Amino acid sequence: MAESHAILDEHGHSHDEEHHVGWKKYAVIGLVLAIITGVEVAIFYVDALAPVLVPALLVLSAAKFFLVVQYYMHLKMDHPIFGRVFWAPLFLAVLVVIGMVILFKILPTYGVFS
Amino acid sequence: MGVGVWGVRSGQTIHKELILATAAVEHHHPVHPPTATGLNTWKVGFWVFMGSETLFFGSLISIYLVYKGTSVVGPYPSDVFDIPLTTVSTFVLLMSSLAVVLALDFLRAGRRNLALFWTMMIIVLGATFLGFQAYEFTHFYHVGLTLSTNLFGSTFFVLTGFHGAHVTIGVIWLLILWVDMFRGKLRPENSLRLEIAGLYWHFVDIVWIAIFTLIYLME
Repeated sequence: MAESHAILDEHGHSHDEEHHVGWKKYAVIGLVLAIITGVEVAIFYVDALAPVLVPALLVLSAAKFFLVVQYYMHLKMDHPIFGRVFWAPLFLAVLVVIGMVILFKILPTYGVFS
Repeated sequence: MGVGVWGVRSGQTIHKELILATAAVEHHHPVHPPTATGLNTWKVGFWVFMGSETLFFGSLISIYLVYKGTSVVGPYPSDVFDIPLTTVSTFVLLMSSLAVVLALDFLRAGRRNLALFWTMMIIVLGATFLGFQAYEFTHFYHVGLTLSTNLFGSTFFVLTGFHGAHVTIGVIWLLILWVDMFRGKLRPENSLRLEIAGLYWHFVDIVWIAIFTLIYLME
């Protein structure tokens, strides 16, 4: 643990690791993000994919989200504490969204609270 | 710069400070005063702030989803959403995130002109995104959808309006940084300023990734 963070600078990330992400890799990630967005819109217009539209969009959206957070926001290379203070509230936010949808959208369709 | 002495502490702390100081000299970065984590407090604080922002936007998104489909009068989402247009604006915002990492990369490498160019690109792309949003809001207004028309209008405008406000703040922030970089005040040594602004920009980008999928595509 201590060894892996032995050369952290004042920004909290390792210069050795940072050098692995250059502008070419950033550009490739940008291209992947653009392609995923294109795929999302494409499947939106394909009627045959309507039954799997929601899960497919959620997976693709999550992939974009993780790419930006891990590489563009450098969480993959940065000190783990940054990840902890970000992922924990994000997890809570997702739980809030799911909880609200279950309480106000799904349960009432089964006659609960009616 | 250099190896500073901040007082007598444990051997481990002093060892950490020496490592930081050495890294700073080798990479021309300033050394910040010692902290409990050994990390810059601005950056830690900003990540905490972004964590709180996820809860803020999570609440707005959940309110939108809860009231989704409950409007008793139109216009409804399917009447007003223009997916191709929003796809272009989403692409613009994603590319602005690419511009952020390139600007930071070039600033740290001391390539000032490229850093200036890519920082300006973020500003231009961010302003373009805001232009798309202004067009969309105006169009919605003309077809009869306002903040008080129905539940869809209320929740949609509050959610996307707050996001747009965040983008506006980001554009202003980056404009200030661009001027500082142009005047030579923002250099590789204090690139943390651009890094934190970049984190903020990426954050508004990932919020839009969620909004685009949950609000526009899952209409």
